[in-house]
Amino acid sequence: MPLSREQVEKVSLLARLQLSEEELVLMTAQLDAIVGYIEQLGELDTEHVEPMAHPIELSDVFRPDQSRPSTERSEILATAPHADGQFYLVPAVLGD
Amino acid sequence: MSDPYQIVIGLEVHVQLLTESKLFCGCSTRYGAEPNTQTCPICTGMPGTLPVMNRRAFELGLRTALAIDCQIAPFTKWDRKQYYYPDLPKGYQISQFDLPFSHDGWMDIRDAKGRFEPKRVGIIRAHLEEDAGKSMHDEHAGEADSRIDLNRTGTPLLEIVSQPDMRSPLEARAYLDELKLLLEYLAVSDCNMQEGSLRVDANINLHLTTDSGENVATPIVEIKNMNSFRAVERALEYEAKRQWQVWQETGQRLGDVPKQTRGWDDAANLTRGQRHKEESSDYRYFPDPDLVPVRVSTEEIEQVRAALGELPAALRARLEKTYGVSLYDADVLVNQGRAVVAYYLEVAETCGDGKMASNWIQQDVLRTLKEQSITIDAYPVRPAQLAELLSKVRGGEVDTTRAREVLAQMLATGHTVTQTMSDLGIERVDESQLVELCKQLLAANPKVVAEVKAGKFQAAGALIGQAKKLNPNANPARVREICLELIAQS
Amino acid sequence: MSLTDLSASQILADLNARRVSSVEVAQAFIDRIERHDKAIGAFLRYDASAALATAREIDERRAAGKPVGLLAGLPVAVKDLLCSKGDLATCGSKILENFRAPYDSTVVAGLKKADAVLLGRTNLDEFAMGGSTENSALGQTRNPWDTTRTPGGSSGGSAAAVAARLTPLAVGTDTGGSIRQPAGLCGITGMKPTYGRVSRYGLVAFASSLDQAGPMGTSAEDAALLLEAIAGHDPADSTSIKAPSVAYSKSVSQPLAGLTLGLAPEHFGPGLDADVDAAVREAIRVYESLGATVKQVSLPHSKYCVATYYIIAPSEASSNLARYDGVHFGHRTDERAMLAELNAERQKLTAAGDKAGLNRLDTPLVRMYRRSRSEGFGPEVKRRIMLGTYALSSGYYDAYYLKALKVRRLIRQDFDAVFQSVDLIAGPVTASPAFKLGEKVDDPLAMYLVDLYTVSANLAGIPGISIPCGFSAGGLPIGLQLQAPPLEEDRLLRAAHMFQQATDWHTRRPNLP
Repeated sequence: MPLSREQVEKVSLLARLQLSEEELVLMTAQLDAIVGYIEQLGELDTEHVEPMAHPIELSDVFRPDQSRPSTERSEILATAPHADGQFYLVPAVLGD
Repeated sequence: MSDPYQIVIGLEVHVQLLTESKLFCGCSTRYGAEPNTQTCPICTGMPGTLPVMNRRAFELGLRTALAIDCQIAPFTKWDRKQYYYPDLPKGYQISQFDLPFSHDGWMDIRDAKGRFEPKRVGIIRAHLEEDAGKSMHDEHAGEADSRIDLNRTGTPLLEIVSQPDMRSPLEARAYLDELKLLLEYLAVSDCNMQEGSLRVDANINLHLTTDSGENVATPIVEIKNMNSFRAVERALEYEAKRQWQVWQETGQRLGDVPKQTRGWDDAANLTRGQRHKEESSDYRYFPDPDLVPVRVSTEEIEQVRAALGELPAALRARLEKTYGVSLYDADVLVNQGRAVVAYYLEVAETCGDGKMASNWIQQDVLRTLKEQSITIDAYPVRPAQLAELLSKVRGGEVDTTRAREVLAQMLATGHTVTQTMSDLGIERVDESQLVELCKQLLAANPKVVAEVKAGKFQAAGALIGQAKKLNPNANPARVREICLELIAQS
Repeated sequence: MSLTDLSASQILADLNARRVSSVEVAQAFIDRIERHDKAIGAFLRYDASAALATAREIDERRAAGKPVGLLAGLPVAVKDLLCSKGDLATCGSKILENFRAPYDSTVVAGLKKADAVLLGRTNLDEFAMGGSTENSALGQTRNPWDTTRTPGGSSGGSAAAVAARLTPLAVGTDTGGSIRQPAGLCGITGMKPTYGRVSRYGLVAFASSLDQAGPMGTSAEDAALLLEAIAGHDPADSTSIKAPSVAYSKSVSQPLAGLTLGLAPEHFGPGLDADVDAAVREAIRVYESLGATVKQVSLPHSKYCVATYYIIAPSEASSNLARYDGVHFGHRTDERAMLAELNAERQKLTAAGDKAGLNRLDTPLVRMYRRSRSEGFGPEVKRRIMLGTYALSSGYYDAYYLKALKVRRLIRQDFDAVFQSVDLIAGPVTASPAFKLGEKVDDPLAMYLVDLYTVSANLAGIPGISIPCGFSAGGLPIGLQLQAPPLEEDRLLRAAHMFQQATDWHTRRPNLP
C-alpha cells in the first residue's frame, strides 16, 4: 500500500515538522520505500506471541515519596529560548 | 408531564494525590510556590532525564480504587499520551491507556431530601497519570505571549471515570459530593477545586424517542472549566436545555458529528464551543519504555483494603442502625468528616443516647465550630465531658435549656460539668419541692386551671416561665406534668 | 613506543607506579589531538586546560597517598550525547547546538568518581541516528585508516579518536550497533553491555528500549576497565538492572576453557564481503586452536531484524524527540519571521477566498513548533521522526509497532534457544569494511542495512563486543563480533581477551601524518 502525499502531510503536522515542496516529494518516496521494506514483518504469524516492550523482565521499580530541593529557577530558565525571569514565554495560546 | 428527553451524564474527575513529591521526581508538590521554583531537569523534560515512580502515589491510588470497589489489575503498565502543548514539556504525558491499574467499580449515591431514588453509579476505571503545567494567557491588549509555569508538571493525578449512569445534574452533584467526602476520609487528597487539586469534566447528552417511536441519542458534549460543584450543576442544567434546542433545530444524532468540547463560562452562565482539532485526538499511545510494569499481589490488595478504615457509607449505615440516627442526621454528621464522627461515637456510646448525642452535636457543637472557625480537635469540651452532661440531662438532673447554659459556661471557663453546674447553682429539685411549687403556681393561676380543666392543656405552658422564675432549676417538663396531674386530681 | 601507543591498562599501571604523571599523560594526548584531529574530526570540543587541571589534582592526591578512583589519570573521551553538568551536549544537532546540561549523567558522574580525565566531547550522527557519523550537523569525522571513508556511526567520533590514539578510552552509545559497528570499521574494541547494565540517566534518548552506553578502547582489557567504572544499578533509571557489580578488570585476563562458539549461517549469507568472510573464519580457527569448539546454530528470524528495528527505534525516537519544540530549551525559530510568514499565508488565502485553507492554517504556536524543529533537525532525524510518528499513529499501531514488538520476542527467543547449546555467538560485525564518505547518504535503506548484524543484540537486550580480526585487501579493518546471553559481559571480555593474547590485530595503528 503506497504512502500518499496527503498521508505524509498529515504525519508532518502530527510530528510538528514543516516540509518544503521538495522535501515532501523526497520524503514521500523514501518513506514509501522504507515502509515497503518493513512490511515484510507481515509474513510472520504472531497471533500467539506476547509483545516485548522491554528487553528485560523488570517490574515494580519505585522510589520513596520524599521531596528534595528543586533546581534553582535561574538554572532551569537558563536553557529557555525566551523567558522573563519567572516564566517561559511562548506565542499566545489563546483559543488553542 | 415528564421531560421529553432523558439526560445522560458521565463524570471524569481528576484528583491530585497528597504526596510529598511529584510522581516521577523529588520536586515538592506544595501549592502556591513562585513560578518555576518547583522544577528540576526531570519534570521539565530535559534531554536525558528519566522517570521513577513514586511508591506512595501508587498506594494512594490503590487505596482509592479499593474504596470505590474497583477491580485491581494484577499487571498494569504506563503509556505515553502524545500531544504538543507548552505546558507539557516532554511532548507527552505519562498516563495509562489500555491496562489501567483499576477498573469496574461503583459508588452509591442518594439524596437525603429524597429528590431522586438511591442508585449505584458505575465507575469505568481509575488510573494514575502526571499533571501538566500551567499556561497563563494574559487578556491585556498587546500581550502577545503566554506565560508558562511548570511547577505543577509531574504532580500525581488519579483520574476517575464514571459510567454515564447519572440522569440529572442533581445526581451528578450527589456523586461529586460523595466522591469528595470519600477522598477526604481516605486522606488521599485535599480536594480543593479552587487550588485545582480536584477537577471535573462532564460528558452529557440526551436520550429521547422520536415521534416515529425511534430511540435516539444526541451527540455527546464534554464540558470543561467548571470551578465548583455548583458550577457543574449549573453547567449541566444549561447544557441539557441547550442540547434540547439543538436537537429540535438540527436533529443531529450521536455519531453525526465528532464529540464537541465546550467551556463553562460561570459569569455569563453558559457554555461555549472550543476550537476543534481532529489531529490532536490522535494521541499515539504506546507503552512507555522508560518505565516498567507494576504487579500487584492479592496480599498487597488485602493489606491496603484492611487499612482503609470505616468509610462514609458504612458509617452512615452504622449511625442509623446502631445509634438510631435519622438518614438526614447521619448525612450531616458523616459530612463533617472522620474526626467529628469519632467525637460523636464516643459521646453516643458513653451517654447511651445516639439521637440525643446527634442533636447536641449538630445544634451546639457544630455551631460553635463554625462561629469560631475551629476544628473538632480544637473544641474545648471533650467527648467524655459532653457525654457526662448529656447523661445528667437524661437522668433529669438538669433540663435541656439549663444544660445549654452549662455547656456555654464550660466552653468559656474550661471547668468540669460538676463544677460548672455548681457555679450556676444548678441542683436537682426533688419531687416534693416540685409538687409544692406547682401547688403554689396553680393557686396563683386559677384562670389557667380553669382552661386546662376545660380541655385546653396547652395553657399549662404559661406556668413554666413562672416556675423558672421561682426556681431556675425546676425542670420545665416535670413542672408541666405535675401541674396537669394536680389539676386532673382536683 | 610512545606514551600514546600504550593501552589504557598499561598507562594506568605506569600512573599507579608513578612512572608517569596524569599531567604528562593528558598532555601527550592533547598534543596528538592538536596535531591530528583537524584531519580526522573526532572531537567536537575539547578543553585542554580543564583536563590538565583535573590531571594535576589527581597527581596531587596520588602524591599525598590519598585514595584515587579506578581510572585515576586516564583520559576518557565522551560522545556528545551524555550530559555533563555545565558542558554543552549538542547531540550532533543544530537544535541543541547551544544546550548546556544542568546536570551530570550517571555515566559521567561515574567517570568523575573514578577520577577519569575528561578529555573532550566526540562527534556523532545527530541524536545517534546513523551508521557513518555523516548525519552530524556540526562536523565531519573521517576514518583514521582512510580519511576518504567514514568511521562508521553513530559513535564515529569516539571510534576514530581511539583508533587514532587521540584518547586511550572513549564512551560511546549503541542503539542498533553504534558502538560495535564503528569499532569494527576503525579497528578498535567496542562493547554494548546488556540492556540495563549501564544507567541511561543523562544519556539523551534516541530509542529508550534499545539505547546503552558502553566502553571503547584498543583492547578488551581496556574495555573491561572502563565498563567496570560505568556499570551498575542506578535508582534514577527505572530500567537499570539490580545485578551485582562485577570487577571486570580483574577477571578479564582469565581465559575460558571449553568455550563453545555458535556460527549462524544467517550471518554468512550473500552480501558478505569476501575479505570479511575470510578474516572472520580465520578468527574462528584461532579460537579453535585455543581449545574452543564451534557449532552450527540458527537464528531463523535474522532476516527480520532490520525491519523490526526500523519500526521500534523510529517510533520511540519520534516520541523522545517531541520535547525539542523550542519552548523550554534548544533552538527556537525567529518569531518575528515566523509571524510574518504566517501573515503572508493568511493574506494569500483570504485573497483567494479559501475558507478551508484559512481554517487549516497553523496557529502561531504550531508554526513555531514546526519551524523550530524543521530548522533544528537534519534530514535523517526528520525521516525517522516521520516514520515513527506514522508507525504509532491511529490505524497503524497494530500493524507496525505492536507487530514489531511481537517479532522482537521471537528474535529474543531465537537467542535464548541458541544459548542453550553455545556460550557465545561469533560472526562478522559488518558486511563490508568502511565505506566512502557520501557513498550511502542518498539511500537511507542501504544505510540502514549496515546495521544488519548488530541490531539483533539491541532488540534482544543481549551484550555484544566487536574486536579487530584482520584487514581487507585495501588495508581497512575488519571486526569480529561476539554475542553472549544477558549479563554475560564477563564471558565476552574474557573470550575477547583470549583472542587478543593470541593475535595482534588490536595493536595495529593507522598511519597518521
